[in-house]
Amino acid sequence: MSQAKVPVWVNVALIPFINIMLAFLVSALIILSIGENPIEAASYLIYGAFGYEEGIGYTLYYTTNLIFTGLAVSIAFKAGIFNIGGEGQAYIGGLGVGLTCLAFDSTMPLYIMIPLCIIGGAVFGAAWAYIPAYLNAKRGSHVVITTIMFNFIASSLMVYLMVNWLKKEGSMSLRSREFEESAWLPYMHEILAPLGITIESSPLNGSFIWALICCVLIWILIWHTRWGYQLRTLGMSATAAVYAGIENGKVTIWVMLISGALAGFVGLNEIMGVNHSLLLNFTAGYGFAGIAVSLMGRNHPIGIVLAAILFGALYQGGSELAFEIPTITPEIVVVIQGLVILFSGALEHMCKDRVESLFIRKAA
Amino acid sequence: MFEAIILILDATLRVSTPLVLAALAGLYAERSGIVDIGLEGKLLGSAFAAAAAASVFGSAWIGLVFGIMASVGLALIHGFACITHRGDHIVSGVAINTIVAGLTVTLGLDWFAQGGQTPALIGDQRFVPLTLPFADALADVPVIGLIYSELLSGHNILVYLAFALVPASVWLVYKTRFGLRLRAVGENPHAVDTAGINVAFLRYRAMIICGILCGIAGVYLSTAHNAGFLKDMSAGKGYIALAALIFGKWRPIPVMFACLLFGFLDAVAVRLQGVSLPGIGEVPVQAIEVLPYVLTILLLAGFIGKAVGPKAIGRPYVKERG
Amino acid sequence: MTTPYAIELRNISKRFGAVQANKDICLKVTAGSIHGVIGENGAGKSTLMSIIYGFYEADSGDIEVGGEGVRIRTSEDAIRYGIGMVHQHFMLVENFTVLENIILGAEGGALLKGGIENARAELHRLEQEYSLDVDIDAVVEDLPVGLQQRVEILKALYRGAKVLILDEPTGVLTPQEADHLFRILKSLKEQGVTVIIITHKLREILASTDNVSVMRQGQMVADRVTAQTNKEELAELMVGKKVRLTVDKNEAKPTDVVLAAKDLSWFDEQGIERLKKVSLDLKAGEIVGVAGVSGNGQSELLSVLSGISPLSSGEIQFNGETINAKNSKNAQQMRDLKMAHVPEDRHKMGLVTGFEAYESAILGYHNSNAYNGKLLLDRQAMLDECNERMQKWDVRPPNPHLKTANFSGGNQQKIVIAREVEQNPDVLLIGQPTRGVDIGAIENIHEEIIKLRDAGKAILLVSVELDEIMALSDRIIVMLDGAIVGELNAKDADERTLGLMMANALNDEVKEGNQA
Repeated sequence: MSQAKVPVWVNVALIPFINIMLAFLVSALIILSIGENPIEAASYLIYGAFGYEEGIGYTLYYTTNLIFTGLAVSIAFKAGIFNIGGEGQAYIGGLGVGLTCLAFDSTMPLYIMIPLCIIGGAVFGAAWAYIPAYLNAKRGSHVVITTIMFNFIASSLMVYLMVNWLKKEGSMSLRSREFEESAWLPYMHEILAPLGITIESSPLNGSFIWALICCVLIWILIWHTRWGYQLRTLGMSATAAVYAGIENGKVTIWVMLISGALAGFVGLNEIMGVNHSLLLNFTAGYGFAGIAVSLMGRNHPIGIVLAAILFGALYQGGSELAFEIPTITPEIVVVIQGLVILFSGALEHMCKDRVESLFIRKAA
Repeated sequence: MFEAIILILDATLRVSTPLVLAALAGLYAERSGIVDIGLEGKLLGSAFAAAAAASVFGSAWIGLVFGIMASVGLALIHGFACITHRGDHIVSGVAINTIVAGLTVTLGLDWFAQGGQTPALIGDQRFVPLTLPFADALADVPVIGLIYSELLSGHNILVYLAFALVPASVWLVYKTRFGLRLRAVGENPHAVDTAGINVAFLRYRAMIICGILCGIAGVYLSTAHNAGFLKDMSAGKGYIALAALIFGKWRPIPVMFACLLFGFLDAVAVRLQGVSLPGIGEVPVQAIEVLPYVLTILLLAGFIGKAVGPKAIGRPYVKERG
Repeated sequence: MTTPYAIELRNISKRFGAVQANKDICLKVTAGSIHGVIGENGAGKSTLMSIIYGFYEADSGDIEVGGEGVRIRTSEDAIRYGIGMVHQHFMLVENFTVLENIILGAEGGALLKGGIENARAELHRLEQEYSLDVDIDAVVEDLPVGLQQRVEILKALYRGAKVLILDEPTGVLTPQEADHLFRILKSLKEQGVTVIIITHKLREILASTDNVSVMRQGQMVADRVTAQTNKEELAELMVGKKVRLTVDKNEAKPTDVVLAAKDLSWFDEQGIERLKKVSLDLKAGEIVGVAGVSGNGQSELLSVLSGISPLSSGEIQFNGETINAKNSKNAQQMRDLKMAHVPEDRHKMGLVTGFEAYESAILGYHNSNAYNGKLLLDRQAMLDECNERMQKWDVRPPNPHLKTANFSGGNQQKIVIAREVEQNPDVLLIGQPTRGVDIGAIENIHEEIIKLRDAGKAILLVSVELDEIMALSDRIIVMLDGAIVGELNAKDADERTLGLMMANALNDEVKEGNQA
């Protein structure tokens, strides 16, 4: 029984490309329906994202967050778990980073603060993922609902903490005091200057490097270690995993902990790298966007980086767009994200089967 | 004291109404084998459509029609992805929720220029409380009078509709041919197919019912409970309804009680706002906000253990090859 | 009726993507006869029957029912033309009652009440006419498998089936239940119903059919009158070459007890006792076969011995270790103790169908130093070993990078068996080793199992195919309802005795025999 083979590039490049084009097409129709010109909108978007150096910096700064949340959703997906709690885990991870900064910024130098904050963000983010993970592993509780609930709880918790504990004394704004400079993660333009490279200043900072490092580490973990083998087996066939002696409950939990930790690194970017203080709502939908990023990136770190750049461009371009055409809200970016999830995720078979059969017919 | 209880129960009914409707909607979808995380999106979408239409056309009833249409449309998209294209049910639900969250604000800004909200609804643009016959006359009768005139009377028509739909659903699901087939297709779609029944059509019909019920829930949110649409106003009710559905083991009457439980605790919590409890001090407003979410988690974790849903749920139906 | 044929197929063809499942099939089924369709797995029999039943539509060709040309596009059409089907995996809603299952699709009205009353009357009549006794208010999942099959038959008859197709009907029955089924089929035949049986079991064809058609690789290759053919001819037609149906083996030379299990009990999630104080010993150099209809605790026995499920009570002594409820070992730890397990379901357990073959080839042994450096997987080592083994065991195609799902059943099974056997275990547990495997490859696998025994391994073999059990085992134990109800040497076993033990009817028949 022979089966014609579909070339690899079709699955990895062509079909995702078609999916995203469909998402853009529908978005264009929506923009048309509110009476604006989609081509004009697209050009502002592209210009805002890539047209000038500062814009590129902003794009990559958004990309950093999306790499973290995209990796977080991906590693859970690979183990068969749908972690929608990225938003809450990023928020609480940021809390961890912020608390670490507030606690040690006057006593520790930068090169100690960085690993401390990485740990702080990871531990807090992982902790926020722990309860849904535990409940799913031990009680079979629906992880999608519990993680979404934890997102809502995180929101309220942060407000409570901010209002009652964290905000700067004597100030009305909901923000902690500013950190000492030893807790400021250097900007990319600051890092590159001593190397003789000058770029426009932008929020892009050293956490971008950490994001890329995480990509490599996660890639190695999933594809080149026995723990990765375990989680991939669990994701493909829970029964085969039990047969193989893999403890599914334990794997579920540690995968979710890593997932939460990755989402928590958003705090490294936002709190330590850009805002230099703890504030509210810095997660701005990155958690949910991570879902779109991981689906589009086919759960592979390279795909995730590319998808994260695309969505980072949408965020930055979207701001530019909203500035130039005030009738289009930044929420249009959320719509595009949703459409990408729809076409790349839920409707992935729609194009896949038709395109594949084209190739099989050619070969036969 | 008695009066306080009646008032709390009264509030319970009002708060539970969208949950009951959304949970029933989820029941039809899930009994047919489709996981519907998108209840939230349908709630939000229909709330927006209803408020927008009510504002533009000046009538809550027209709002109802548009709200239901929006929700049914979203339900059909979910059906299209899951039934016809064998897509992942959860991914599809998340996609729809995300699209709706963005689209409501985008369209809202374009149509009404109020930052994404719809204009506040007044008069006929809202569903108003109905007074049951003799409510005023009976108001003074001890105990029963209060129950009748406060608790039972004075709700808007959607509340009565919601609770009437519960026994109606019991009848539809357990006493009719459609109900038998619905329950069968969620357990073993192959059995249904080999009996000569079209599985896809059956599931689409279940999704349409789901859409209608969710639509009514969303309409209630923006034209009855509230006076207009606000960004993200569904605030997780769609997910809470899902938890109530699981807790109620996919049967209409237990599900209704689960929703009432949520409503009750919500109503009690609101009363506690600003009140000092012994030993704890003033209850922070955020604690009251998170109560429904925490309760959802407790329900999913504690009491149920492993609730067994319809056997074929979440799995796309593919005819097996010989 | 101008034609003697209840069903006639002419040049039926069906393609799925790149696979030609049926090619120019012609079939003539005489009305009021029992007609067998035989062929290996993948020969296309189920596809053909699915076309007759309207599950799929043929790409080309004609179908005639009772002499009339018809188009069957859906199961509804097939039912209308009087065709009914009893599937291999029952199409029943487990938590419905028998009655609800039967009326599903034929409710007789939008409200259930009226339809149910009519159904009761009609079903009563059918039960009498065909002696198909079953309690119609029982919930299906509480019924034993044999009775569930009767529900399937009643379902078809309720809709007025004049042609009844049965797909692999005896896979889940004891020999006695199978005999009972054939009696029911004869009685149906007497009432004018036409029966088509699809099976890969030669014995069934010879025992119960009037005519038989043989399929091979998507085509119809022969038609025979059953009385004029035999096992050897049919096997040869099925495979395309001469096939040996027996296994050569020497006398076993068992030595020490390697694994001793005492009073093993296991309760499932619902608290039902699935293993009831099972005790058995496995000796090196011996094959112990576990006979019994599926669902009587054999799967649970494998599960508990392999470490997949922890014991509820009882004790296992194995390689110096004592395993019980307090000191349980998971599947990984059992492997470390030198136990290997070829599971009953290779798709769900034995392999990860989405992995490439060389990754499936280390399933269960992924933590071993053979495949791991200090931190990383050693993919080169994995590939080298996989290549080696594919050559040794003749796995086709010998491509370690091919997705596991794309190998044929027999080759997938070889990957699993190779993996477990090459670990050189002391005890090997095997479940359904030749399920879904072509006749040609079965011979091969049986030989390997015998070789293992002769190399001094202790082997526990679970199989629903009595032929296989009798051919391979040195000792046979029979399980019924979670307990061992009989044990005998293979030499003393015959199908009848085993069958009676399997149904726990041995004593009853002896009694009847005495009274006769």
